[in-house]
Amino acid sequence: MTATVTRESIVGTPVDRVDGGLKVTGQAQYAADTPVEHAAFAVLVSSTIARGRILAIETEAAAAIPGVLKIFTHENAPRFKQPDPDWMNALVPSQTFMPLQSPEIIHYGQQVAVVVAETFETARAAAALVEVAYEVKPPLLLLHDPAAPRFQPDVFFGEPMQDARGDVDAALADAGGRIDATYTTPIESHNAMEPHATIAQWNGHRLIVHEPSQWMIGTRNYLAKVFDLAPEDVHVISPFVGGGFGAKGFSLPHSVFAAMAARAIGRPVKLMLSRAQVFTTTGHRAQTEQHLRIGASDDGQLTAIDHASTISSSYAGWFIEPPGLTTMFLYACPNVRIRHEAATLNLPAPCPMRAPGEAPGMFALESALDELAAQLEIDPIDLRIRNDAQTDPKTKLPFSSRHLVECLEAGADWFKWDRRPKKPRQMRDGDELVGWGVATATYAGLRGPASARVRKEDDRYIVEVATHDLGTGMYTIMTQVAAEALGVPISQVECRIGDSRFPPAPVAGGSQSTASVMPAVQAACLKLRESGGEMAEADAAPGDEQGRYSFQSFGAQFAEVRVDEAIGRVRVSRFLGVFDCGKILNPKTARSQMLGGIVFGIGQALFEEAVVDPRTGRLLTDSMAEYRVPVNADVGELEILFVEEPDYVLNPLGARGVGEIGITGVAAAIANAIYHAIGKRLRDLPITPEKLL
Amino acid sequence: MPLVSLKINGLKHKIELEPNVTLLDALRERLGLTGTKKGCDFGQCGACTVLIDGRRVLACLTLAMMHKEAEITTIEGVAVAGRLHSLQTAFIEHDAFQCGFCTPGQIMSALGVVQEGHAKTDDEIREAMSGNICRCGAYTNILAAVREEVTRASV
Repeated sequence: MTATVTRESIVGTPVDRVDGGLKVTGQAQYAADTPVEHAAFAVLVSSTIARGRILAIETEAAAAIPGVLKIFTHENAPRFKQPDPDWMNALVPSQTFMPLQSPEIIHYGQQVAVVVAETFETARAAAALVEVAYEVKPPLLLLHDPAAPRFQPDVFFGEPMQDARGDVDAALADAGGRIDATYTTPIESHNAMEPHATIAQWNGHRLIVHEPSQWMIGTRNYLAKVFDLAPEDVHVISPFVGGGFGAKGFSLPHSVFAAMAARAIGRPVKLMLSRAQVFTTTGHRAQTEQHLRIGASDDGQLTAIDHASTISSSYAGWFIEPPGLTTMFLYACPNVRIRHEAATLNLPAPCPMRAPGEAPGMFALESALDELAAQLEIDPIDLRIRNDAQTDPKTKLPFSSRHLVECLEAGADWFKWDRRPKKPRQMRDGDELVGWGVATATYAGLRGPASARVRKEDDRYIVEVATHDLGTGMYTIMTQVAAEALGVPISQVECRIGDSRFPPAPVAGGSQSTASVMPAVQAACLKLRESGGEMAEADAAPGDEQGRYSFQSFGAQFAEVRVDEAIGRVRVSRFLGVFDCGKILNPKTARSQMLGGIVFGIGQALFEEAVVDPRTGRLLTDSMAEYRVPVNADVGELEILFVEEPDYVLNPLGARGVGEIGITGVAAAIANAIYHAIGKRLRDLPITPEKLL
Repeated sequence: MPLVSLKINGLKHKIELEPNVTLLDALRERLGLTGTKKGCDFGQCGACTVLIDGRRVLACLTLAMMHKEAEITTIEGVAVAGRLHSLQTAFIEHDAFQCGFCTPGQIMSALGVVQEGHAKTDDEIREAMSGNICRCGAYTNILAAVREEVTRASV
């Protein structure tokens, strides 16, 4: 490579996905697609009760089926210790509880047996013959069950969950407490299209695992700890992930069971969760009830916000959804208090789901602001602009780059917001009332340490990072960044990810992969280019800017809904998202991330609800027919705009992540649009037809 | 165990199959044709859509043995001699997928929609493609890709 090579602009262009050809031909290899010689199949048996204990577990009939190799229950399974979450050492189990270790049942769907057989059909048939006798205890299931243990969680990844500034009570009293409302959101399920699956294979004392992962390094460390192996003796492979949304980030017990079974029978084992088991054993978004009180001056200046959340928690888990965190910094308001209380219930362990905290929290906060705007007869966009903050009200640090006002203004212009009638029920089209609503979007601009390696092979460049592509476009933007840094066309670059042996990268969570991994890729490629060598490695980590600025992305969500009051039907006919996420590395894949976030938000607003039978704890919605996610016909015209202001304080590429901000504020924008259409305020998600009638 | 002959993507395969093996599991676990995906195994998500004698069928809801005489087309049979079908190209150009897991089913379903010839408008295409769930939410782009193919097929 010589200095005369011009540096083409590849980053920032709408390059087609480099893995597109594999994905449209069925050649992309997801975990359960991996060809493995002589594999046996494992099927889990799930508890049909939510609380109690196993009195007897009868496996003889199942074991008698020809082809059944082994059945594990709590009586004969090896003893495993569930490690505690340990972020410093990149080891974070999704739950605190390891199944198959005792007769105790603490949630519906808990794993009670693992059946291993020659074929999938045999394992499934045998699993159906495992008979479990239970002693049933009344499960704790309701958020306000007085018998449920309650606690006040301290921190969410370092952020205080009980926090305050100013004097909220006095300010609320002064302002006459303009808004006092309670918003509720149900249990929601990630439901990535690819069910979790693990293929485990032992090679002597070394363990090879194929499974869809948002955090291969985390899974590697988890399995190493559980099986008492050196981390380098566990190899996790995950080149393609069929969606994650948070449910493939923390480590799950079925990975242990696949490895356990493979070791016991001395053969590779393929364990695929059924869709129902995905619902009950891989995490969910907790239920929330949020009480918001807001004080404001007559001209709409916020004077006080009190945001108290009650969250469902689990005997099996540790993760607590934090809806109030955003309220601490989103707007300039001198008096703010957030509180979180969790109720421990007989539910499966919750975990992060796309924008944990923001997704339910901003439904409440942004709905409440709309209520305030209506009460004060101020335009909801003006209300948000009046309360904009260029300095983070929580940390008192400047935002590295905050363009919320530009997002609101650009969106208003595109949406022709000036034509919006001020009062509800003013727009009618045939049988439908039409309404327009707006909400703010925001998500943290996180960055973590990452490393990358690049090798030259003839005229090709191989770039390797232990990062992940869940459909986010990582393969593609990594190729763009590498090609530009190397000064070669993208056809000469091959990016390899999804392998725990590659240089480490953070969990694909918190929308941090772009901001974390791209600087390392860029640095390694520039190093190779400058040295003219065959191989280069580079580490990249955030520096002291982290203590000097607040990093946050912003956006504005605009919804148009059509409501047929006679049948309670809501259609989202038009939706615009305008986003400020720094430099957009690939407008095509970034747009897709935003579209996807908005569709997720439409589901949250109108359809998605996991229903637990309040008597038995049984999950009634454990299928894709019962748990409704949006389908093509549910989605109208969607448009995305980017207010592209590079954030060079965060990293040399100026990019912040785009994975989660898309869902934030969507449910509020839709609920606010419904209010504008029909004059009825709906504070309980999802907004299903019966709530409109 | 019965020996079953299946014709898939123009090729005959003779395999031993128990009668309770679904077409989906036969493709994936016995024939190595893993392009067809198992999303729910319940006929609710569309990820396993294949064409049987040109009609859209959910491979998880039918037993392999029932299709001995049929022409089965899976995603592996859509590109011919390494040349992508125009619909596959349209999916790439419009970024009509993210994780890609539902994509084989979306493409097989869209081929069925084009052949059925009922869906012409955007709303009709959306409706006809609504048996295929995409949790990544690529619907806007799936619509654009299928619309392009429907238009191409009708000229």
